Amino acid sequence: MSTRLSSGGRLIDRARTVEYSFNGKRLRGFKGDTLASALLASDQMLVGRSFKYHRPRGIVASGAEEPNALVGLGTGARFEPNQRMTTTELFDGLSSASQNHWPSLEYDVGVLNNAVAKFLPAGFYYKTFIHPRAAWKHVFEPVIRQSAGLGRVPKERDADRYEYFYAHCDLLVVGGGIAGLQAALVAGAAGARVLVLEQTAHWGGRAPVDGVEIDGKPAEAWIKASVQALEKMSNVMLRRRTMASGVYDHGYVLADEKVADHTPGDGRPRHRLWRIRAGRIVTATGAIERPLAFAGNDIPGVMLASAVRDYVVNWAVSPGDRTVVVTNNDDAYRTALALKAAGLQVPAVVDARDRADGALPQAARAAGIRVLTGSAIAKAHGGKRLSGVAICAQGGEGNAVTEEIPCEAVAMSGGWSPVVHLYSHCGGKLSWDEAHAMFRPDAARPPTGADGTGFVFAAGAANGALYVQDVLGDATKATIAALQAAGVAEVETVVPAVKAEVEAPMIPIWVMPQGAGPDLRMKMWLDYQNDVKVSDVQLAAREGYESVEHTKRYTTLGMATDQGKLSNINGLAVLSNALNAPIPEVGTTTFRPPYTPVTIGALAGEARGEIFQPLRRTAIHDWHEAHGVEWEPVGHWRRPYCYKNGAEIASAAVNREVLAVRERVGLLDASTLGKILVKGPDAGRFLDMLYTNMMSNLKPGKCRYGLMCSENGFLMDDGVVARIDEETWLCHTTSGGADRIHGWMEDWLQCEWWDWKVYTANLTEQYTQIAVVGPKARAVLEKLGGIEVSGEEFKFMEWREGTLGGLPARIFRISFSGELSYEIATPAGHGRALWDALLKAGEEFGITPYGTEALHVMRAEKGFIMIGDESDGTVIPQDLNLNWAISKKKEDFLGKRGQERSYLADPGRWKLVGLETLDGTVLPDGAYAVADGFNANGQRNTQGRITSTYWSPTLRKGIAMALVHRGPERMGEVLEFPKPDGSSVKAKICDPVFYDKDGEKQNV
Amino acid sequence: MKRYSVFAIAREAMRHHTGWERAWASPEPKANYDVIIIGAGGHGLATAYYLGKNFGITNVAVIEKGWLGGGNTGRNTTIIRSNYLQDPSAAIYDKALKLYENLSQDLNYNVMFSPRGLLMLAQTHHEVRGYLRTVHANNLQGVATEWIEPAKVKEIVPIINIDGPRYPVLGALWQRRGGTARHDAVAWGYARACSDMGMHILQKTEVTGVRQENGAVTGVETSRGFIGTKKLGIVVAGHSGQVAGMAGFRLPLEAVALQALVSEPIKPCMDVVVMANTVHGYMSQSDKGEMVIGGGTDSFNNFTQRGSFHHIEETLRALVETFPMISRLKMLRQWGGIVDMTGDRSPIISKTPLGNCFINCGWGTGGFKAIPGSGWAMAELMARGHAPLAAEFGLDRFREGRFIDESVAAGVAH
Repeated sequence: MSTRLSSGGRLIDRARTVEYSFNGKRLRGFKGDTLASALLASDQMLVGRSFKYHRPRGIVASGAEEPNALVGLGTGARFEPNQRMTTTELFDGLSSASQNHWPSLEYDVGVLNNAVAKFLPAGFYYKTFIHPRAAWKHVFEPVIRQSAGLGRVPKERDADRYEYFYAHCDLLVVGGGIAGLQAALVAGAAGARVLVLEQTAHWGGRAPVDGVEIDGKPAEAWIKASVQALEKMSNVMLRRRTMASGVYDHGYVLADEKVADHTPGDGRPRHRLWRIRAGRIVTATGAIERPLAFAGNDIPGVMLASAVRDYVVNWAVSPGDRTVVVTNNDDAYRTALALKAAGLQVPAVVDARDRADGALPQAARAAGIRVLTGSAIAKAHGGKRLSGVAICAQGGEGNAVTEEIPCEAVAMSGGWSPVVHLYSHCGGKLSWDEAHAMFRPDAARPPTGADGTGFVFAAGAANGALYVQDVLGDATKATIAALQAAGVAEVETVVPAVKAEVEAPMIPIWVMPQGAGPDLRMKMWLDYQNDVKVSDVQLAAREGYESVEHTKRYTTLGMATDQGKLSNINGLAVLSNALNAPIPEVGTTTFRPPYTPVTIGALAGEARGEIFQPLRRTAIHDWHEAHGVEWEPVGHWRRPYCYKNGAEIASAAVNREVLAVRERVGLLDASTLGKILVKGPDAGRFLDMLYTNMMSNLKPGKCRYGLMCSENGFLMDDGVVARIDEETWLCHTTSGGADRIHGWMEDWLQCEWWDWKVYTANLTEQYTQIAVVGPKARAVLEKLGGIEVSGEEFKFMEWREGTLGGLPARIFRISFSGELSYEIATPAGHGRALWDALLKAGEEFGITPYGTEALHVMRAEKGFIMIGDESDGTVIPQDLNLNWAISKKKEDFLGKRGQERSYLADPGRWKLVGLETLDGTVLPDGAYAVADGFNANGQRNTQGRITSTYWSPTLRKGIAMALVHRGPERMGEVLEFPKPDGSSVKAKICDPVFYDKDGEKQNV
Repeated sequence: MKRYSVFAIAREAMRHHTGWERAWASPEPKANYDVIIIGAGGHGLATAYYLGKNFGITNVAVIEKGWLGGGNTGRNTTIIRSNYLQDPSAAIYDKALKLYENLSQDLNYNVMFSPRGLLMLAQTHHEVRGYLRTVHANNLQGVATEWIEPAKVKEIVPIINIDGPRYPVLGALWQRRGGTARHDAVAWGYARACSDMGMHILQKTEVTGVRQENGAVTGVETSRGFIGTKKLGIVVAGHSGQVAGMAGFRLPLEAVALQALVSEPIKPCMDVVVMANTVHGYMSQSDKGEMVIGGGTDSFNNFTQRGSFHHIEETLRALVETFPMISRLKMLRQWGGIVDMTGDRSPIISKTPLGNCFINCGWGTGGFKAIPGSGWAMAELMARGHAPLAAEFGLDRFREGRFIDESVAAGVAH
């Protein structure tokens, strides 16, 4: 059984006990434990069930590479599925539960899959579940979905908050092991702004565990001194618990800082997402040990040799009294020695190499450990925990078992793979290192930045410097190169001497034993979490899924939540053997961010709820809120749809508002209307290109309605343009279009007409704009006093500037309703005062605030088009009978040539008309008018569609606008509009101007 | 070809699965073919398949620069729907959907088509009206869609937040027949069926030139030498402009990166596809349990198959708001694909200035769902010179201004 050793454990504080629970069991660990080390110390070998076969699984690793040990962590609004135990720091009250089993971890019905595993090889689901057709959706898929998946589904809204953090540095160092610290020391001394990120809670990485000496002292002392030195440097920033997740173009790096994962609910944000712009990046991300593929290598108790060493040295955890070490390299002997030093038994080191004469094997022999060279594990025995291993010759087929060794744990090492993810994310290339059987960053083909030079430099083990003696020198070299690329020429360096046992070469071992037959290969796990075995990869190769991407996708190798950190190279090697092609030719799959999975809430940041997107408020927003408003989202704004009096329903409110405007006077908050100032010597010429009609000849003091089209000729936006002075125009746009149109203007000015002397300013938020509309509008304004508003002095389509009721005002006499109408702009700071003054002045005339829906109804009654209703990106102004607003004189304007194309110039296009139902009812929104017959694809022919449809309280009937094939030539014809329910409505084509055809009302 | 079935699996299980044949052959190129398709993605393979199945043309090579299905076929979010607004779009996407419904049986390869239903949320009044219009249009096109109210949305997707506060759900366009399929399996299934008909799928074979005489293509130069053909189909998505350039004509296309991501797998929690266009994001859950998420395209052109990270953040903000429970899930993997966008965001299935050369491209952000219909139409166009489903998607439309613009129905990537 696995237990806590009575002494040791460099990371735990035995004085501080931590209480936590696993599957409801209350347990105790120490401060400094991870959930994994604490559970191992409590003899919890079985921690989860695998994805496909629901096999019992234990802890394999000690860090981010862990494939098996996943739990649901926390409860309620702090519940999180799929948390890795090995990177979860223990805290008081931690509650965890294992996953993917029913009814319990110990007894899982899903293990039936394991019993029939030979019927479920890689890709079996592509070959079956085909008949009968309906069964996939109704039977097979639901069963597969229920059986797959890992963690439970969070039910509640996340109780935590997250934040973004922005950082800039000359040099980003990723990894706080000895390579990263050395890189930071070198760069810090050179005066560069340095940011150092370490994913764990501890500096120093593996060196202290491996018993290394630096500068004549234990590694631990050098690490401590280095961190202290760095903390004193004002140009260096150090962050622990921060995982650099991805490298993107131009030195952009994302990192996830786990601020409060180990102190949940303490009020701090749970994670902080670092958005870093780094001049250059040094990746000192270390290396990850590879498992060995032998039969039964997934039984709880089989662990990476490095992990066993970590658990013994860092956390004083014994994986069991007897641990067999199996290896193809010298480094794993360190584990044997560490176990021995902790007073534990190592019955044997099983070394696949024919000779093991290096310093470490010799030391092991000297410590009394039996070394079996040329040997392999034929098979590991056990179910929910390991009971022993069968030994055979590595060269054979595994049938001739030489020895059975009872043991509780196996420490395996298949060699090491540099962590090259960050180097590769942005296009850095790798080269195959035959000696260490690993891919390492190819310094000649780094990811390149905007200047074409490399911006990521791998250092230490991450660069393939696997022997610790070489690490600091390699890190120094990488840092100098990075600094020089960043323009720091003078770098002074000190490279401390590193002392450790010299390692003899490893030999690649991809399958153990070499000639293992199918029965053994079916039990050799490559990808633990996704249950991919050697036999699966070989099957994929046999079936022609030869590309490494095909193999990955067919077998799901490397696609689990550990992202293949343990399985990718082993899988690749098995594939390359099966294809009889060298490994570098087979190549790797693409390394994609993030390095380890990142909480989605952290990526979303603070933008939640009300601040999901900024809500734009007009100066009158609060008044609306207090007066029965029903809101309508329009872009980032909210506009009053209508104002409800008490229990009034929305449609009644709209009718009331329309009638109030038509009969008396209404008040509209039109502040969201886009207001873009265009100024400069070439402003007139510019606007003549932007609008379909002429704006340069507009006189100061006058207004003109204008249309804007895309280059393709389609109507984009409309609005009233006012000429302020000789060089200045104020362009009104639609509410939703303001930002887009401003961007559109700038696009042309910056990219095409960059030499024109024009500038633009989006003043939308600077002004409050209020429309006073209705027969009594003039009386209301006169009562406030100020700008002269008589019909003789201030005519339709003019504007005046002055004061109104003592407030600064610019009044536009324009109308979108057909009534006498003034739109009053005032600086936003005066907006609310103006609104209140107008309400007060209008009181005696029965002034009524109205919303967007009343606005829409009135404009439809008057036959005015609405962008987004009558236009949808496929409509040209000519379709809407707006030829009058298209200049015939201008040589060019945006959209002119587009509109000359044959299909757009075709007289047979659908054109704007009005519609009246025969029975007075309201036509269904969006309905199409059918024509006879069907097209070549069997679709019903159509001849028109409704663009706007309303109940007109003024006319007391349903009215609509529509685009109809040759519509204006067909007045009086009746069209049929089917509804989805099978019924249909008939409507007669009529003039779209339903109200005040001669414009008498707006011109009074 | 040995058929796939549960019995075949049982038989093979008894002999350690040693008897499975290659899914597709890996032949040496012949000197000449009747038809060469450049591009072994879904669309190219489907074109080849229907050339064989519908027209008996099997002397066909499908030439692929990398590995088959390695472009956008293997990196999309697998959504299948046909609730398009414009007639030509609805016709070809619905043809595709109908073919998807029987594709596993047709190919004897389980592509895991899962008609679990698809919702497009309306979160502005403008969207409400747009989808009401779509329902009317679909009704006349023979595509069953319906408008549903917020309460029904919540019933179908219990994990959704319909109350905003920023953009409350006002209803949704609901297509019951929409859903997802296993993207790789679509490419693999077609490839296997093509190979079985004797067609050659030539992977790791890069086309470097298009040889022509008298206004017609005679063959293609490749990294494995010249290969002659009587007809050429170019079906290469993001790199269409380059290959068309080899053939001497230009296309109204631009290439941009579109990104997607998946979460770690969890137990089933959402049995439909949800698209939220106002806030820019869409999500479904794969059979493995991952939440499959997509968002917007970059606004600059490039070929890197990566993308700007701010799109991922925007998409996730939108989806955390829409599905608060995903906040504590983790993003497992993100990736990008290069999509070929036309001016009207609709595809091109067309003849070209070269008499015997045809092109199928411009599927932009929504090509996966179209694969069978696209292949069907392209095959017919190549075999007969005319195809009703392709008729409106010709290159001429850009000259004539006869655009097929879906932007009113789907303002963002789909």
